[in-house]
Amino acid sequence: MSVTLNVNGTEQSVEVSPDTPLLWAIRDHVRLTGTKFGCGLAQCGACTLHVDGQPTRACVTPVSAVEGKTITTIEGIESSTAKAVQQAWTELEVAQCGYCQSGQIMSAVALLEQNRNPSDADIDAAMNGNICRCATYVRIRKAIKLAAEQLS
Amino acid sequence: MLRRKQRIDSATVRTSRRGFLKFAGGVGAGLTLMMNLPQAAAETAAAAASKEGDFMPNAFVRIGTDNRVTVFIKHLEMGQGTFTGLATLVAEELDAAWEQIDSEHAAADAGKYANLFWGTVQGTGSSTAIANAFMQMRLAGATARAMLVAAAASEWRVPVAEISVSQGVVSHAASGRQAPFGDLAEPATRQPVPPEDSLRLKTPQEFIYIGKQQQPRKDRGKTDGSAIFTQDIQLPDMLIAVVAHPPLFGARASGVDAAQARQVPGVVDVVQIESGVAVLANDTWSAKKGRDALKIHWDESSAFKGSSPEIMARYRELTQAPGLPARSDGDAASALAAGANVIEADFEFPYLAHATMEPMNCVVRVGDGECEIWNGDQIQTLDQGAAAQVLGIKPEQVRIHTLFAGGSFGRRANPHSDYVLEAVRIAKSRPGTAVKLVWLREDDTRAGYYRPAYAHKIRATLDENGMPEAWEHRIAGQSILKGTAFEGGMVKDGVDSTSVEGAVNLPYRIPNLRVELHTVEEGPPVQWWRSVGSTHTAFSTEVFIDRLARAAGQDPVAYRMQLLEGHPRHQGVLKLAAEKAGWGSELPAGRSLGVAVHESFNTYVAQVAEVSLQDDGGFRVERVVCAVDCGIAVNPDVIRAQMEGGIGYGLSPAMMSEISLDQGRVAQSNFHDYQVLRISQMPEIEVHIVPSAEAPTGVGEPGTPVIAPAVANALESATGQTLSRLPLKLA
Repeated sequence: MSVTLNVNGTEQSVEVSPDTPLLWAIRDHVRLTGTKFGCGLAQCGACTLHVDGQPTRACVTPVSAVEGKTITTIEGIESSTAKAVQQAWTELEVAQCGYCQSGQIMSAVALLEQNRNPSDADIDAAMNGNICRCATYVRIRKAIKLAAEQLS
Repeated sequence: MLRRKQRIDSATVRTSRRGFLKFAGGVGAGLTLMMNLPQAAAETAAAAASKEGDFMPNAFVRIGTDNRVTVFIKHLEMGQGTFTGLATLVAEELDAAWEQIDSEHAAADAGKYANLFWGTVQGTGSSTAIANAFMQMRLAGATARAMLVAAAASEWRVPVAEISVSQGVVSHAASGRQAPFGDLAEPATRQPVPPEDSLRLKTPQEFIYIGKQQQPRKDRGKTDGSAIFTQDIQLPDMLIAVVAHPPLFGARASGVDAAQARQVPGVVDVVQIESGVAVLANDTWSAKKGRDALKIHWDESSAFKGSSPEIMARYRELTQAPGLPARSDGDAASALAAGANVIEADFEFPYLAHATMEPMNCVVRVGDGECEIWNGDQIQTLDQGAAAQVLGIKPEQVRIHTLFAGGSFGRRANPHSDYVLEAVRIAKSRPGTAVKLVWLREDDTRAGYYRPAYAHKIRATLDENGMPEAWEHRIAGQSILKGTAFEGGMVKDGVDSTSVEGAVNLPYRIPNLRVELHTVEEGPPVQWWRSVGSTHTAFSTEVFIDRLARAAGQDPVAYRMQLLEGHPRHQGVLKLAAEKAGWGSELPAGRSLGVAVHESFNTYVAQVAEVSLQDDGGFRVERVVCAVDCGIAVNPDVIRAQMEGGIGYGLSPAMMSEISLDQGRVAQSNFHDYQVLRISQMPEIEVHIVPSAEAPTGVGEPGTPVIAPAVANALESATGQTLSRLPLKLA
């Protein structure tokens, strides 16, 4: 069946079954591959994107649940918060393999949109669902703080 | 992996250090034989990838008329920084501007891009990328520079000696003429390739990039979603394959009812292959639904049905008896028999999955007499050979596009080409169609190729001064190399070097030292895992030496320093880490420090872990101070990143990761039960790099094995408990 998705400000019609996870609709049909597949169980956070501004695990969100909602992927983030986060990530050279970093950045942006001055505990709480097997966590923490500084 | 070969070459580099420095100082000697024939490489590589007027003096450098410099990277970028490290070496001798450099994966072609420590094999591993390519990349850059200078001299009719190069600009001061590289690219193609012994490489004092400020990494696109991994490859009419794998190692599909699977919209085909049953579909979700709708009868008659407790009991039993000797100094058996107070310990290590963030995957298109593969490929030459064999074509007819890997930690260097061959076999059923094999997390977790399980037993006696008199170390576990292309070179007299590395080269001064190995046949397939043998030998040896220090009533750092006499690089990192960590100073209540030092892949690492005991009976690792000696530090920030990440990777098996088998079934499937370190569990980390003029060595692996023993030692000293098993659990 045809499902209409609003992705990064554009309405897109995709031919998928309604139970298809948003992740695969976006990757295979909308053909935006920045949102990653890691686990399929909302355990790793690699597929994190924003639905109406809220960080959401696309791998367990069926397309039927997000019709009419605003979906933003790593390719579509443009806010000053997002730019500050990406800039901090680059400045501190956070990424190693980079595969999880789209999800990390989407979680970090959502955190800073809601909390301009997160503590270590706030960062841990917001980011604990995002696994990084390269264990770039030390730099993720620093980058979130750097971005917060830039935004203040 | 391939350690023996590496040791020989590294030893050559090390023992001829004077030659190395002499060469670095500008006299072409010694290591020049490492360089490929530039002319031959230029001919073929230029044909492959150049626009008209582009200048490609050798297989590694292309300078475009657009003033971009492309460096072809022969090693897989999997996060460890090869795109940055190898580009740094080229940029250094080329005197390019860092901003004009682009890194790109090289083609799969061992003739040009072999790992110089591995003979004729192109591949990445054993933390060898910087070590094997250090002179090769510098010479590649110096060759290009010399030809650009010659071109300028010819164009401007001025002497070569009067020309200087800086930041991608060639200048002649007297006439005030200057030109960016791009303007000289075309004329440079008409210059002869200079003989290597005419090239002058920089002295370390002249370095502008090596060991200097942070050059931004060259593996870009990782903060905006634009970096392309295998998972992201989209090709016209490409099909996605998801595979039903056997529930037990060694089980085979004996009956397949695919009727319902074929009814799933989007499913195109169902193909039975050696490793399972593949469902091909137009998209990933349809392929997965099709896979889940398969009804398969598995023949488990010859499958492995063992369980972890029984496996470990068997290994422990083996360590009671002598094994094959791997090292024998003095007479440990007699000294132990005569010794009054024998101290002994047993250690257990479970199977471990690599659990890369990007589950294994591979894109293959099989053509007529050819095959194209898109993969985060870690050993291109083996994968080319394996694919060629399955398809009945020549290895050079297998073209591999190497892509960024979403982590590997050794997994994508599978010596059996497991997932690559699975993809090839599926694609073979649909010639001309690109097929992307997608493993779901569960496929990846349960596929085997684990770090083997091991049991260790160490026994020692101390002399009247408390120093070890005898040390007997027995290891039991599966061989990683048996049955692989590496067996011939790296299994000697029945001893797999990867089973005992880190134990046989124990640096401590012990007069009677014996290391023995029991190699076990087991069902689950096994493989190298970041730092290979050191994943377990660093733990047992460093926890045990700490216990000996405590038994002798001595400080663990001071005790090690004495026993490391004659090993200045071990001592150097140990001293530095201890100093920076404030070893010996007062700590807050409930906190304790533990230390470990270990060399792997010729890189020396010491770590001091500060742990705190928690009210719930658990513990936290609060802070780690790490010192590393990897010779010349090419990219200090990449080294720091690899130490941070290596520590984080090593904390997972230290604290929570474990694969267990229950009557042959892998008990874990995904990140909820194969747990790994998360940000809330990550300590603060401080990395210190020992200044060094030694030849550079790798940093991808050596940070990993040191953290578990450092944490265990902190916990043992805080609690008095004996921690003999990973993951660590306090009683």
